[in-house]
Amino acid sequence: MWTLVVALGVGSFAYLALSRGERVSAAWLVTAAVCFYSVAYRFYSRFIAVKIFALDANRRTPSERLNDGRDYVPTNRWVVFGHHFAAIAGPGPLVGPTLAAQFGFLPGALWIVIGVALGGAVQDFVILAASVRRNGKSLGQMAKEEIGTVAGFTALIAVLGIMIVLIAVLALVVVNALGESPWGIVTVGLTIPIALFMGGYMRFLRPHKVLEATVIGLVMLVAALYVGKAVAENPALAPMFTLSRTTLAWTIMIYGFAASVLPVWLLLAPRDYLSAFVKIGVVVALALGVILVLPPLEMPALTRFVDGTGPVFAGKVFPFAFITIACGAISGFHALIASGTTPKLLERETDARFIGYGAMLTESLVATLALVAACVLTPGTYFAINAPSAALGTTVESAAIAIANWGFVLDPAEFTALTAAVGESNLLSRTGGAPSLAVGMAHLFSNVLGGTTALGLWYHFAIMFEALFILTTLDAGTRVGRFMLQDLLKHVWEPLGRVSWYPAVVLSSGIFVSMWGYFLYQGVVDPLGGINSLWPLFGIANQLLAAVALCVGTTIIIKMGKARYAWVTMLPLSWLVVVTMTAGYAKIFSPDPRLGFLSHARLLQDAAASGNLPVNVKSAADALRLAVNDRLDAGVAAFFLIAVIIILVASAWEWFAVISGRKAAKTTEIPFEPRVVAVGG
Amino acid sequence: MRWASDLRRRLVKASATINRIIGAPDYDGYVAHLRFSHPDTTPLPRDEFVRQRLEDRYSRPGARCC
Repeated sequence: MWTLVVALGVGSFAYLALSRGERVSAAWLVTAAVCFYSVAYRFYSRFIAVKIFALDANRRTPSERLNDGRDYVPTNRWVVFGHHFAAIAGPGPLVGPTLAAQFGFLPGALWIVIGVALGGAVQDFVILAASVRRNGKSLGQMAKEEIGTVAGFTALIAVLGIMIVLIAVLALVVVNALGESPWGIVTVGLTIPIALFMGGYMRFLRPHKVLEATVIGLVMLVAALYVGKAVAENPALAPMFTLSRTTLAWTIMIYGFAASVLPVWLLLAPRDYLSAFVKIGVVVALALGVILVLPPLEMPALTRFVDGTGPVFAGKVFPFAFITIACGAISGFHALIASGTTPKLLERETDARFIGYGAMLTESLVATLALVAACVLTPGTYFAINAPSAALGTTVESAAIAIANWGFVLDPAEFTALTAAVGESNLLSRTGGAPSLAVGMAHLFSNVLGGTTALGLWYHFAIMFEALFILTTLDAGTRVGRFMLQDLLKHVWEPLGRVSWYPAVVLSSGIFVSMWGYFLYQGVVDPLGGINSLWPLFGIANQLLAAVALCVGTTIIIKMGKARYAWVTMLPLSWLVVVTMTAGYAKIFSPDPRLGFLSHARLLQDAAASGNLPVNVKSAADALRLAVNDRLDAGVAAFFLIAVIIILVASAWEWFAVISGRKAAKTTEIPFEPRVVAVGG
Repeated sequence: MRWASDLRRRLVKASATINRIIGAPDYDGYVAHLRFSHPDTTPLPRDEFVRQRLEDRYSRPGARCC
């Protein structure tokens, strides 16, 4: 049976790879991915479970040993799977593959499928299993105890740095999706009062009726979609809700600050419940949409932009496809979740395979579906939405000419009709991935339900949930960032660490918001579109965290006496190190000003000096400010690269010491204890 | 009316499962645990339990991902 699955998977991939010049059905891509996932799960995850960890259903888990009815609660594995999946999945696997579609569908598809099987799912699984064996310790604690204090501290700073870049780039995606769009702003804006209402409902009207409040919230979300439409169609109201991108950026900063200082029951918790529901619903809907429609992929397997001249973001297919798609293939952030709540819930340690490896495969499937949704657009439409105005000009006609120069076709009349059909005034250069994904999804969904008349509703539905995911990451992230900052600041002055002392709360929230707000604002005013500089930085940061996680994993495997299997984590680790180093080096030092931060800074400086400014830079002072931003980005990239090197050197030191016998393999693993409480099924 | 009580029981069970998936504080589970394992301790009141669980959830990284 498995031979058949392997043959089907390999056959589908071969068909995809060899089908040059003609359109192929998305069915091939989905089949190839699903076959590959099943084989990886059946064989590779089993190999890791049996040979490396020797997971044992009779071994006591933290949830049994420390059961307190709060953090540590033995939980059915399907429930843990759902909870873990809702925590790891977010906007990342939707946006990354959409951006990477500029290379064609093949590089992204291969990296998503192979990367997850050998990298991402391995990381999640290994960290989860390691944490389960250590009473649910966090990644930072494990890095400190297994590798050393230097690695632990670097991991801590890296997490803080990643949160700043992550929040900034996600906020930029929202700004680009909602800028100049009254329908989008009203719909997404209404999600905030809806959450506040739900918060009040659960506290005062019908205390603790979470599901009731959530169902009401969901109904109100649908209503918000129609309110947005009504506002956008009303000539008096529409201009009032048409906000510029800079205004939106400030609004989002205020929102993040509010979420960090307000009580969690009022805003964060209700939003999170809504978002978890919508998330699972959207994943199911996307899968159904793709399977029912089985659309042809309009994007070729490879485009000419593999050479690095792509308009969506600069850089060659290697290493930038692997930086752009982080979530969906391998995402370091998951290591924080796999060493957070999840290990404290596992009923049996054998469940770690299904939850760690399995949930990540599911997220990868979401990434594959997002790639399909991006590739059902014609390349002309895709580039018209995703390329910055510096490349396209500002009219549909100039865009059609630019796109014709790249060898694709954009019919101006058709594009104008599409813009009107989705209820927007402009779709050109709506960079960030969210709008083009929304157009792709609206295309799929309206094929199943509602036809072209429903295109606008589906488009704004897609924008609404993308924004909802992003804002939940943004508000929860800002609050967590505030706590981490307070944890550091207390070493400067003790009262700053008090989490319920208002001056400290306001100060640290303000500092954290201005840190990501700076990057967000810089992205909004960036003449190259912002995504071009911030998304690669986020990718590098996320892969850095994955490198930390894989270093921890390798150290743990070696200390378990399983050094002969250490290649399982060292293989993805070495790949990530090569990818982050090449990408980081190119982003800093490349002589191409579209790619390299430093050469772009020099270009702007020369322009300011000669007075010969690029078209979308207004004054010499602006050019100099932009040059400063470029140098700052270069510094951030350099910081991430240095952090990778520190972690790697510290880990390698430890590995050689243990393998050569210079150091005893001291590990913090809890020794085997048999279960006392039996579990069903 | 056996089917009605049957349906009711199923609904209660399903909503408890959904609650745990979306990560809502599970007060009933907490009280049941204390009754079973520590019958001598008094459980926290529901409001206080929920407040503590939510505060805890949003104070460490790992609650939400990209």
